[in-house]
Amino acid sequence: MGDGPEARGNQWYGPQPDVAGASGYPDAPPRMGFFTDTSVCIGCKACEVACKEWNAVPEDGLELTGMSYDNTQTLGADTWRHVAFIEQSKPFGGQEPGVRHEDTDVFAAAARLGTDASSPGPGATAPPPGQAPEGAPAGQISPLSPDGRTELRWLMSSDVCKHCTHAACLDVCPTGALFRTEFGTVVVQSDICNGCGYCVPACPYGVIDQRKDDGRVWKCTLCYDRLGVGMEPACAKACPTDSIQFGPLDELRERAADRVARLHAAGVADARLYGEDPGDGVGGDGAFFLLLDEPEVYGLPPDPVVTTRDLPDMWRHAALAAVTLVGLAVGGFACRPRRAR
Amino acid sequence: MSGADAGRGGAGGGRPGREAPTGAYAGRRRRRRGRGERSMVPDASFSSYYGKPVLNKPTWKALDIAGYLYLGGLAGASSLLAAGGELTGRPRLAAPAKLGAAGAISLSLAALVHDLGRPTRFLNMLRVFKPTSPMSVGSWILVGYAPLTMAAAATEVAVRYRLLGSTAAEVASRYRLLGSAATLGAAALGPAVATYTAVLLSDTAVPSWHEGYRQLPFVFAGSAAAAASGLALAAAPTSQAGPARRTALLGAALELGAFQLMRRRMGIAAEPFDQGRPRILLRASEALTVTGAALALLSGRLRDRRVALAAGAALLTGSAALRFGVFHAGVASAEDPRYTVVPQRERLAAQGS
Repeated sequence: MGDGPEARGNQWYGPQPDVAGASGYPDAPPRMGFFTDTSVCIGCKACEVACKEWNAVPEDGLELTGMSYDNTQTLGADTWRHVAFIEQSKPFGGQEPGVRHEDTDVFAAAARLGTDASSPGPGATAPPPGQAPEGAPAGQISPLSPDGRTELRWLMSSDVCKHCTHAACLDVCPTGALFRTEFGTVVVQSDICNGCGYCVPACPYGVIDQRKDDGRVWKCTLCYDRLGVGMEPACAKACPTDSIQFGPLDELRERAADRVARLHAAGVADARLYGEDPGDGVGGDGAFFLLLDEPEVYGLPPDPVVTTRDLPDMWRHAALAAVTLVGLAVGGFACRPRRAR
Repeated sequence: MSGADAGRGGAGGGRPGREAPTGAYAGRRRRRRGRGERSMVPDASFSSYYGKPVLNKPTWKALDIAGYLYLGGLAGASSLLAAGGELTGRPRLAAPAKLGAAGAISLSLAALVHDLGRPTRFLNMLRVFKPTSPMSVGSWILVGYAPLTMAAAATEVAVRYRLLGSTAAEVASRYRLLGSAATLGAAALGPAVATYTAVLLSDTAVPSWHEGYRQLPFVFAGSAAAAASGLALAAAPTSQAGPARRTALLGAALELGAFQLMRRRMGIAAEPFDQGRPRILLRASEALTVTGAALALLSGRLRDRRVALAAGAALLTGSAALRFGVFHAGVASAEDPRYTVVPQRERLAAQGS
C-alpha cells in the first residue's frame, strides 16, 4: 500500500488538480464552477426561479415558514438553488443602523428635495462606513433604538450543489447513474438511477434527495446541457448582482481571493471563503462561497469530509469482522464439552 | 406549529413554528427523555440555520432496510452453521440452517428491491462493479451467495423428502454431493453477507452510522451469529444443537462488547442511541440477547426443547431490535444539525483553525 492514495493521484481523498482527467477525460476543458459571493446577494430568488424554469423542476410545496423570507427551506430533489435568509442583530460593514423613519413623511420630503439643507438632493452621499449616526453613545457604532430593538443585518445566500472534487454521492452510487462530466461537475443520469437512495445520506451537504412520486434522485447539474453549448448556467445568467459567478474554477478562485481582500480592507472582517480550499475534506468544491458568518449559520457543515476517505479502513474492519464470525462458528463447533453426547 | 402553512401536501412533515430562532444558537433544544441518563459530552452551543438539519436524512424505509440488514446477517451466519453441521455430521442442525439461510436471503432481497424508488430497475445494480460503493459490492456478493443458498436448501429438501422420484441411491448421493458443495460455497460468502451491511451504513455522512465504522462490523457479526444460532436452537433437536448454543454465547458476547466499545468511541454521535425509539429498541435488544444467551446455556443443561425455543425466539428478536435501533439512531442523528456541526467544530478547533 505505502503511499496509497497519493500514488493514485488522490482519487478518493485529498487535493486533485485534474478532476476530469482522473475520471478518464484525456483532453478535458477547464473545470467549471460557481463562485457565490453572498455579500452582494439581495435575496431576489431569481436564481431559484431561473433554475426551476430551465430545468423544468416541479413545484414542491408552497409554504409560509416564518423563516425570514425563506419559504424554500432547503436544497432537495426539487430545489437545486436555495436562497437562505438570516436576520442578525449585528452591523454589516458600512451599513447605517439604528435609523428610524416613523416620523418621516416621505412625500413631503420628496417635495422638498434639494430645496433645503435637511433634505439633501440627488448626489448626496450617505455617511462614511462605520461612522455612528447622530445621537449614538460614544464608542458604540450602533445604538439601541428607543423601543429596544437593535440593528439588523440581513444575510442572504444562494446555496447550490457543491460539485465536490471528491463527491460521496458519486462514489457510493451502485449503478453508475451519477457521473463526472468533462467539466468536472457531478450529474445524475435519470434513465440509469434506480432509486436506491444511497447518495442521499452520503452527501455531507444534504444536497441530493429523492423525488417522492418518481423514486429517483435529483440535484443541480450545473446546467450540463447549457455548458455543452458554451452557455452559462441559468441561475448565474439570471443573477442581477453577479452574486452567482460562473467560470473556470481557477479564475473564480483568484477573483474570490481578491474580493475577500477588498472586503477585509473595507472593514468587513467577517468575510471568508467556504469550500475553495483544495486541501479540505472533499478536495475543494466546484461551487464555493464567500460567506459573512460561520458556515453553519447558513446551514452548511463547517468541516465536511467525503465518507469515502474512510472506506478502505471500513472494508478492512469488515473483513476482520467476517473472519471473526468464522472464528465464532469454528469455536462453536470445535470446543466440544467433555462429556460425550 | 405555525397556523400559516399553506396546506400543500407536497413537502414533508414538521416545519419550525413562527418563533423559529434566527441566526446564532438556533440549535434545537435537546429532548432528554432518559431518566438519569448520564451525558456523554458537555452540552455545546452551536449555530444552525433555523434548527434545520445540515444533511438530508436517509430515504430508506425502516422495515425494508433494517429488515434487510437483519435478514442478511441471519442468512450469512446460518450458512456457517449449515456448513459446520454438514461437516461434523449433524444433519438435523444443518437442515434448518440451510433452509433458514435461503429463506432469509430471499426475503432480504425482496425487501431490498421493494425499497428501490424504481424496483423495476433493480438490474441496474449489476451494470457496473464499483468497489467505492458498498451497495454495488453487496449486490455482487448477493448475486453469488443467494443462488448457493437456494441450491443448498433445494437439494436438502429434495433428498430429505425424496422428491426426485424413484431415484437410485447413486443419484441421490450425487445430489447430496452437489448440496454439500453449495453449502460450503454459501458458507464461504456468508460472513461477507453478514458484515458488509455495516459498511453499507457506515459509508455515509450520517454521524451515528459513520463514526462507529470500526466497531459496527463486529456488532453486526456478533448479532448475526446470535440470530442464526437462535434459529438453529429453535429448530434443531437439543442433541445436535450444541454448536448453536456455544455460537449463541460467543455471538452475544461479541455483539454486546463491540457495541459498548463503539458507543464509547463515538463521542457525541453516540447520543442518539440513548434517546427516544432507538433507546427503547437497543435496551430491548440488550435484554433479549442476554436472556437468549442465558436460556441457550440453560437449554443445554436441561435438555428441554421449550427452553431452546424460548432462547431462539429471544435471540432472533434481540438481533432484529439491534438493527432497527441502529437504523433509527442514524436517522435521528441526520435530522439534528447538532450531530453534524458540533463534531466538525471540535475537529476544526483541534486542528487549530
